[in-house]
Amino acid sequence: MFSSDYISRLSRLIFQVITLAFVSLFLILPLCVIISESFGGGLKAYLNAISHPDTLLALGLTFLAVIVTLPLNVLFGIVAAWALTKYEFRGKSLLSALIDLPFAVPPVIAGFILILYLGKHGVFGSLLEKFDLNIIFSTPAIVIATLFVTIPFVARELIPLMQEQGTEEEQAAVSLGASTLQTFFYVTLPNIKWALLYGIILTVARSMGEFGAVSVLSGHIRGKTVTLPLHIEILYNEYNFTAAFAVSSLLMLLALLTLIAKEFFFWKLNSGGSVHQVQEDTVPGDPAS
Amino acid sequence: MGGLKILLTLTLLLCSGCGQFFSDRAPAVEIMNVSYDPTREFYRDYNAWFTENYCEGSGESVRVLQSHGSSGKQARFVIDGLEAHVVTLALAYDIDAISSKTGKLPPDWQTRLPHGSAPYTSTIVFLVRSGNPKNIQDWGDLIKVGVEVITPNPLTSGGARWNYLAAWGYALLQALDEDQLSRLSEDDPLLQEAEEKAFAFLSALFRNVPVLDSGARGATTTFARRGIGDVLITWENEALLALKSLPQERLEIVTPSVSILTEPTVSLVDEVIDKRHTRDVAQAYLEGLYSPEGQALAARHYFRPREMQHASPEDRDKFPELHLFTLEEFFGDWQKAHEKHFSPAGCFNRLYAMRYANQEK
Repeated sequence: MFSSDYISRLSRLIFQVITLAFVSLFLILPLCVIISESFGGGLKAYLNAISHPDTLLALGLTFLAVIVTLPLNVLFGIVAAWALTKYEFRGKSLLSALIDLPFAVPPVIAGFILILYLGKHGVFGSLLEKFDLNIIFSTPAIVIATLFVTIPFVARELIPLMQEQGTEEEQAAVSLGASTLQTFFYVTLPNIKWALLYGIILTVARSMGEFGAVSVLSGHIRGKTVTLPLHIEILYNEYNFTAAFAVSSLLMLLALLTLIAKEFFFWKLNSGGSVHQVQEDTVPGDPAS
Repeated sequence: MGGLKILLTLTLLLCSGCGQFFSDRAPAVEIMNVSYDPTREFYRDYNAWFTENYCEGSGESVRVLQSHGSSGKQARFVIDGLEAHVVTLALAYDIDAISSKTGKLPPDWQTRLPHGSAPYTSTIVFLVRSGNPKNIQDWGDLIKVGVEVITPNPLTSGGARWNYLAAWGYALLQALDEDQLSRLSEDDPLLQEAEEKAFAFLSALFRNVPVLDSGARGATTTFARRGIGDVLITWENEALLALKSLPQERLEIVTPSVSILTEPTVSLVDEVIDKRHTRDVAQAYLEGLYSPEGQALAARHYFRPREMQHASPEDRDKFPELHLFTLEEFFGDWQKAHEKHFSPAGCFNRLYAMRYANQEK
């Protein structure tokens, strides 16, 4: 008969093998395919594809979308999480559910909703017509679509944490005479900063990769409303497979950088920067002193 | 807060890096051409020729913005507000839709340029794998059991509509001759019988279609790159381009005995060009398509030019002679063809629904 020790080691081995096989088959192998395909035309073709003006413009637009989306989502995420965890009011659970809407709505549908909402025949159609403003099929549309799909990311990271932490510390700060802003910057923010950073990283990653909603709203105007994921599709459609994979590898690199940033922050979190210590560092130096 | 600081610095760096791409480098005039899928390569070259040529002639620098996608989808975008100065779509019906839904261009747009506003034409042919293993020679071979046919969705793709109508026309010609077809009235029992046969033929054909892509280019990629299917029904220009662009896939063109003359049409979008004061450029842009250089470029990119004499001799050899019928001869006009075949209660929806009914049995 097998000893129980042997069985537990065996099951551990099985679990490890299954995980490893799954990860290599569905994650590592596709990444390798992308890299090998993108260098299929040689290093020079790769560099040409990466440095093509259209690629750079797409990269610029992708960054622009991230840069505009991020601060707005951070602001909204904090405000929403604050409202949902520190106060009691009617319709709270409804609001909480609504924040998740962009998770539930498929991105393509989100795109169509925004067309109906912001298009020439939409709610603001006549107003837009009057001021000769074009929102859809232009840069603002890309930004709005990205904003829409990433709305929940920061708020969803913050809400559980803030719920768990409760309001005692804030109440203490207020009773010691801190203003709302002081309470936020000296008490709340230090408590949530790691979750906030995680939310930021998720938002960045999603904004860079968003395809569906952006695709519907972009109009695919080369060099103008084409983000990196859309540019990859165009290159692929033009039988420019090497370039398509080269640009994919660029997008992948950006994704890896965000992952590394995430790991870095978590590593900092574990090595000395734990939530409680941070709290102890900062609270004494706050409003009262 | 060191982490936040690093992130902020990174963000600022990225900002300054991409800022330069957004600085104003716009030339004097900008026009946008909203086109369909298979014209990508042609308009890339044509735009280069046009910008150079127009600048020489008028001293004005012009930039042509380009957007591509399935024809029906592109028309939809223009209706929803995509600011096209000119549209160059796969079929007149899509431009008609823009006209009737928005009034951005007059209903008689097709009469404003020669040849019904179709500066180049093409036809529908088959693409098969090297050696033609399933021995596909004509439309009739497409309904054989075990032949997988790739064609995009006629409800979204202009090319697929032409594919569908070409097959329908072939089926009509099996029952009647061309003379009868033009002579018989719509409710003639002979013609109705022929149409029933055509309906049955198309039903059999679509039973052999495993996947409907939304556009012609997607279908080509499905067939050529992903290796799905035995035969791809597609534009002649798309087939010739695939031969050239994907030599490693080892494909062959089969020209059927009879096919349809496809007429992709072009038009100004009056509302936009009047608002942006770009009528002159846009007009010159479309007229340039009929110029000897425009025609030669179209031929180089595998479209059949209206004036074949402008094509170089080696380009001319790419276009074999075959029996071509027009949309008008067999279907009246696009409005009628759409009503009968591609409307919600049209033949395509009915026969495609039957396909599922049969599969379940």
